[in-house]
Amino acid sequence: MASSSASARARRQDHIATGVLTAIVAVICVALVAIVVYIVGSGAGKLFDVSFLTGKPQQFKAGGGIGPELFNSFYLLVLTLLLSLPLSLGAAIYLAEYAHEGPVTTAAKTIIETLSSLPSIVVGLFGMLFFVLQLGWGFSIMSGALALTMFNLPILTRVIQQALEAVPRDQRDAGLALGLTRWETTIHILIPSAMPAIVTGVILSAGRVFGEAAALIYTAGQSAPMLDFTNFDLSSASCPWNVWRPAETLAVHIWKINSEGVVPDLAAVSSGTAAVLMVCILAFNIIARIVGRRLERRLTAE
Amino acid sequence: MAKGEEKALRPKRAIERRGLAITGACVLLVAVLVLTLIFMVASRGLATFTTDGTPFASFMTGTTWNPHQNDANGIPLVGALPMIAGSFSVTLLSCLIALPFALGSAIFVVEVNPTFGTRVFQPLTELLVGIPSVVFGLVGLRIIVPWTRSWAGGTGYGILSGSIVLAFMILPTVTSLSIDAIRAVPQSYRDGSYGLGCTRWQTIAHVVLPSASSGILTAVILGMTRAFGEALAVQMVVGNAAQIPTSLTTPAATLTSVITTSMGNEAMGTVYNDVLWSLALVLLIMSLVFILIIHIIGRKGAPRG
Repeated sequence: MASSSASARARRQDHIATGVLTAIVAVICVALVAIVVYIVGSGAGKLFDVSFLTGKPQQFKAGGGIGPELFNSFYLLVLTLLLSLPLSLGAAIYLAEYAHEGPVTTAAKTIIETLSSLPSIVVGLFGMLFFVLQLGWGFSIMSGALALTMFNLPILTRVIQQALEAVPRDQRDAGLALGLTRWETTIHILIPSAMPAIVTGVILSAGRVFGEAAALIYTAGQSAPMLDFTNFDLSSASCPWNVWRPAETLAVHIWKINSEGVVPDLAAVSSGTAAVLMVCILAFNIIARIVGRRLERRLTAE
Repeated sequence: MAKGEEKALRPKRAIERRGLAITGACVLLVAVLVLTLIFMVASRGLATFTTDGTPFASFMTGTTWNPHQNDANGIPLVGALPMIAGSFSVTLLSCLIALPFALGSAIFVVEVNPTFGTRVFQPLTELLVGIPSVVFGLVGLRIIVPWTRSWAGGTGYGILSGSIVLAFMILPTVTSLSIDAIRAVPQSYRDGSYGLGCTRWQTIAHVVLPSASSGILTAVILGMTRAFGEALAVQMVVGNAAQIPTSLTTPAATLTSVITTSMGNEAMGTVYNDVLWSLALVLLIMSLVFILIIHIIGRKGAPRG
């Protein structure tokens, strides 16, 4: 009798627990969707406004645009990927394929882990100390891209390393048994079969680089000179491709106008910028999934 | 014969050596960058004590932050305790807020409905990771700060607003690592518990969670690392008043918020600038400490897991 009431109580507790867990998940999902809808919704009016997307930012007047910021964000992203992709690919191949258990490998892993948990503001401050001041590059796209590279390296290295390690052992053994070197096995067998995961990881990391601001405020700077796309003089501040000019990105723009608070249409401009940023991040997420799935299908169909 | 084989192998060996050299150089470059970073930030951060002669104790325990002025003894007023207290408060409080949600959803995803977890929940949390921190700050500024103001009065800026924003930001980190930890518990443990007639909740509470505890602890510490170092989102909602926090809803400051707001205004080499670098050094040391803690937990938890 007593035991049956105990088991009834246990069953009731089980039901309650399941209910609470379901409620928690529901709350998170609703909150997340609400945040995304709120961000995109409150800036929706600016999202298709061409004069906002291409216009000149204003510091004291209403009606400023985000043209240079939009370009700078993408330009910095491309440069960062160009710098960080080869480096993290190399590091990941070393860690996944060459590294033996031992003090050197442990030290390398610890250092990459350290870099991944350093606050991005600290990375930005180092960028200011080293690239901006020590090397004398000033607030520039180059300094910013290098700071972002340091921010992105540990993320990418980890993604690529995991992708390589997820390739079945048989493939590695088969390559080595055929007389290929480790290097040839990696280049011709492992990387192609890890490609879907690598590409997905790279695009997702691109989303994080795109929205990063703390590493940039003291490296790429907080000013956005108007760009002239007919100017190909690489030493001119208005040449879009000049990597030695200061470049404020979308994320930095949001932070700056909100902390200064002098733009009259602050709310509209920051909502619009946040919506543009959010749409880009959503696009990165969706593209990552589609490309990953398509590569996967092509790989398995062969 | 043996000699011919040796010759044929030579180009292969060269390829292998080149591969090792290229990839090893990448790792080496990253290592040099990280060590340079630690060295440069540390040497700038120590200037407060070596060049400017500020006693270490008055930096760590002083409660007045006004580096432009000196106290009666001629020592600059660089008490960093308000910011250190602020950083720890937002970190702990945001973890307290995020943990039940992260743990609850991790349990749900692994134990209750794995299909929903991989199809819907995990892609959603990945999206949450991707939302830029300034956008979180902006949402905090628009929604959380007015909400806090509506019931607590004052400005609405403060530790509580900062912690709520941070809780959202660390939620995906803590959740996905908790999911990994719970998933790593061997199925045989669950089967054993069910075989004894336990309900699902009893199995979760008495078998799964205790076995996953070291992994969950790692998840929480990594969340704290992220919360401690987050700069812009916190700076936008915390109020930026460098005073010892007396209430959760009055303006406060964190290490990161003071660095971001002041670094651009103070010239290199001044006392004010030096002490900002000391704050950055504290930030750096704390993230190294967090990593150390994770390693210790990992070593302790490994034999059991």
